[in-house]
Amino acid sequence: MVAIVSYGAYVPKYRIKVEEIARVWGRQAKSISAGLNVFEKSVPSIDEDTATIAVEAARKAVEHGGINAKEIGAIYVGSESHPYAVKPTATIVAEAIGATPDLTAADYEFACKAGTAGMQNCIALVNSGMIKYGMAIGVDVAQAAPGDALEYTAAAGGAAFIIGREGIAEINETVSFTTDTPDFWRREGQPYPGHGERFTGEPAYFRHIMSAAKLLMEKVGTKPSDYDYAVFHQPNGKFPVRVAKKLGFDKKQIEDGLLCPIIGNTYSGSTMLGLVAILDIAKPGQRILAVSYGSGAGSDAFDITVTDKIEGYERMKLKEMLNKKEYVDYATYMKFRGEFR
Amino acid sequence: MGVARYWREIPARYNLIGKKCQVCGKIYFPPRSICPTCRRKSIGKMEDYKLSGKGTVESYTIIYTPPPEFSDKVPYAIALIRMDEGCYLTGQIVDCDLEEIHIGMRVKACFRRIQEDGKRGAIYYGYKFRKV
Amino acid sequence: MREVAIIGVGMTEFGEIWQKSFRDLVAEAGIKAILDAGIEGDEIDAMYIGGMSTGRFIGQEHVGSLALEVAGLEDLHIPSTRVEAACASGGVAMHQGYLAVASGMYDIVVVGGAEKMTDVVGGEATNILASAADREWEAFFGATFPGLYALMARYHMHKYGTTPEQLAMVAVKNHYNGSLNPKAQFKRKITVEDVLNSPIVADPLHLLDCSPITDGAAAAILAPLDIAKKYTDKIVKIKASVQACDTLSLHGRKRFDSLPAAVHAAKKAYEIAGIKPKDIDLAEVHDCFTIAEIIAIEDLGFFEKGEGGKATEEGLTALDGEIPINTSGGLKAKGHPVGATGVAQINEIVLQLRGEADKRQVKDAEIGLAHNVGGSGGTCVIHILEAV
Repeated sequence: MVAIVSYGAYVPKYRIKVEEIARVWGRQAKSISAGLNVFEKSVPSIDEDTATIAVEAARKAVEHGGINAKEIGAIYVGSESHPYAVKPTATIVAEAIGATPDLTAADYEFACKAGTAGMQNCIALVNSGMIKYGMAIGVDVAQAAPGDALEYTAAAGGAAFIIGREGIAEINETVSFTTDTPDFWRREGQPYPGHGERFTGEPAYFRHIMSAAKLLMEKVGTKPSDYDYAVFHQPNGKFPVRVAKKLGFDKKQIEDGLLCPIIGNTYSGSTMLGLVAILDIAKPGQRILAVSYGSGAGSDAFDITVTDKIEGYERMKLKEMLNKKEYVDYATYMKFRGEFR
Repeated sequence: MGVARYWREIPARYNLIGKKCQVCGKIYFPPRSICPTCRRKSIGKMEDYKLSGKGTVESYTIIYTPPPEFSDKVPYAIALIRMDEGCYLTGQIVDCDLEEIHIGMRVKACFRRIQEDGKRGAIYYGYKFRKV
Repeated sequence: MREVAIIGVGMTEFGEIWQKSFRDLVAEAGIKAILDAGIEGDEIDAMYIGGMSTGRFIGQEHVGSLALEVAGLEDLHIPSTRVEAACASGGVAMHQGYLAVASGMYDIVVVGGAEKMTDVVGGEATNILASAADREWEAFFGATFPGLYALMARYHMHKYGTTPEQLAMVAVKNHYNGSLNPKAQFKRKITVEDVLNSPIVADPLHLLDCSPITDGAAAAILAPLDIAKKYTDKIVKIKASVQACDTLSLHGRKRFDSLPAAVHAAKKAYEIAGIKPKDIDLAEVHDCFTIAEIIAIEDLGFFEKGEGGKATEEGLTALDGEIPINTSGGLKAKGHPVGATGVAQINEIVLQLRGEADKRQVKDAEIGLAHNVGGSGGTCVIHILEAV
């Protein structure tokens, strides 16, 4: 078996409200919030980036798991906002948690599912016996052009999972569904992503998540009611609710992992942070379905069962971290993001 | 400045790895090659020692006139911190209302961007501190 | 060891001297000192020039050679050495000159100090001055030079109840003294309100708590006491010349309310001179920031530790006070061309002991002390001078 041994998360303490962004661009905040089911989003401080968030999350995972970092044989950091175009974030994390030099490390990019792609790799490496522990991190300081619709949701945060043989939650199965679907992209050298607007919906987000979820449930022989919790990628607060409904999950199963309304879309961090919120409260024996989505496009689905080991494990308490927040205005947000050039 | 100068300090800057004198047991950060108490006896006996990252503000200031590399961070807090291991260091306090900072405040190290070598150069990471 | 005398001094006006280069400043101070001493160029045996960061301020190192050329002494091929100890460069140059004469190695030695600070722009001066701190473990993290003194100020305030007003009174007093000094950068009097209303540089230090960016140079001519009489009858003797050092970083020190190197140097200097703090008639202390003067007057034993702020408030350090401090206006008002400061302090003490300080003359001044600090206290040089 392969399991989640430990996990950690980090979301910057600063927030900006949707109404503050709407005020600047002359839009109607109420209809935007209602349309997206997003009210505020996290903002990285001026000295925070994908690497610092990844390190904070990774350190929590190592600390809470009581892991000897030298036993981590692989670190993958999935993000679409790596601080360097060339030079890995994963090596910064590896050094900062004391895992160097006896390990493999790499950065992944697959839009918002790069973190779960890293998880699958760790699962494979652990399963093969090549490594004892693998660490997968999904993290972003999400980019959005000022004034673009994405600006209301593009947020910062990340989660780190340590995968090993035994742990607090067994990963029963994982499958992926992948096609070439250009719904969202960022060209080399461009500061902001572009997207296909409504094309990002049905043929992209919904098709891939639903296909991966169905594929997984078919493979392990489960139906939605077999799961205590489900978490789907959260580009906004509406899509995951709708996809859950379409798949036959009810509101109760997804509400604990639904963070987008209060922190926005943390891109590669999104599904994994939702999973963190669930693991923070889950009881032994409970079953979780997690499905990520990365534009371009693909979904990774995971069937997870919480084990007895979660009792006595020091959990992240992500919601407590999220409650410690401070609002900034649009100008400060822009300054923090380094947008004034 | 070449990247090597930054790179060789990574253990101390990322992970607060200082030195412990194996003779008297005193812990030093930033790392020292000779214990100022044991001197000759400490030669070759200064071993790496990782600090807990926890400390107490001994004094602090809010910088309003920064060097050019820090101009976008103003105002920012610089503190003299007594680490729980007994050594002192200088670092920024972040994620904190500047009015809240006081002598005796407990802080813990976090991982942040410190400087960058312009927009094209390397990014330098290291420790800053957050209120506990 | 021979006894050493100062037979001549000279300095430029301090300030933003746009029209004068580093060379011009060195030449002017040197010429004034040589004329004051009445020596001939070929009598000079050696030169020591204090300069903190000529390489970064004007892109010029090797200023020992430069000074020799400026002085027109190249055909003598005498040794001319640049000395660096951050803001104590001038004081250390004095100490080196003193040792050279006292040892018997040289007879006539020119000591100089110079800095041209206004040829850099855009915050670069802040960055250069931060090199007096620990670049890797202080400045790297964003600590500025005023920031380090602000840490000491906050600590002192917390421990002893020193107030922002008391800090401001140091600046008010020194600006008053500066108004009486034709060489001073600031000749304008200021009030406590002016200081407290000036922009904060590094809380609790305001702009008017800080010494300025200054161009200037100063020089002094040293000679063995026994042959000094040949040149002048206004002889000032060096009763003690002591340098003490400490850690480069502030966080490495044993104390933050004191500069241990200054305490150490002062103790030794008093011992050598065979006097007590109360025997000092006036002192030039290193007030790069107002807090630095408060700490200095405590470290030098003029007042108990923690009493410096109160003493300043009570006017004990004023021109007509118990122990006049920084009669020249200090670094605060006279200006602080870092490498020149230590030698400029000597200039003021010499003028006072010769009774030539005009409107700021301290009555019956016989013994004076100069306290020059490098960085946040990594180096301290103390000179005790006496009129003979």
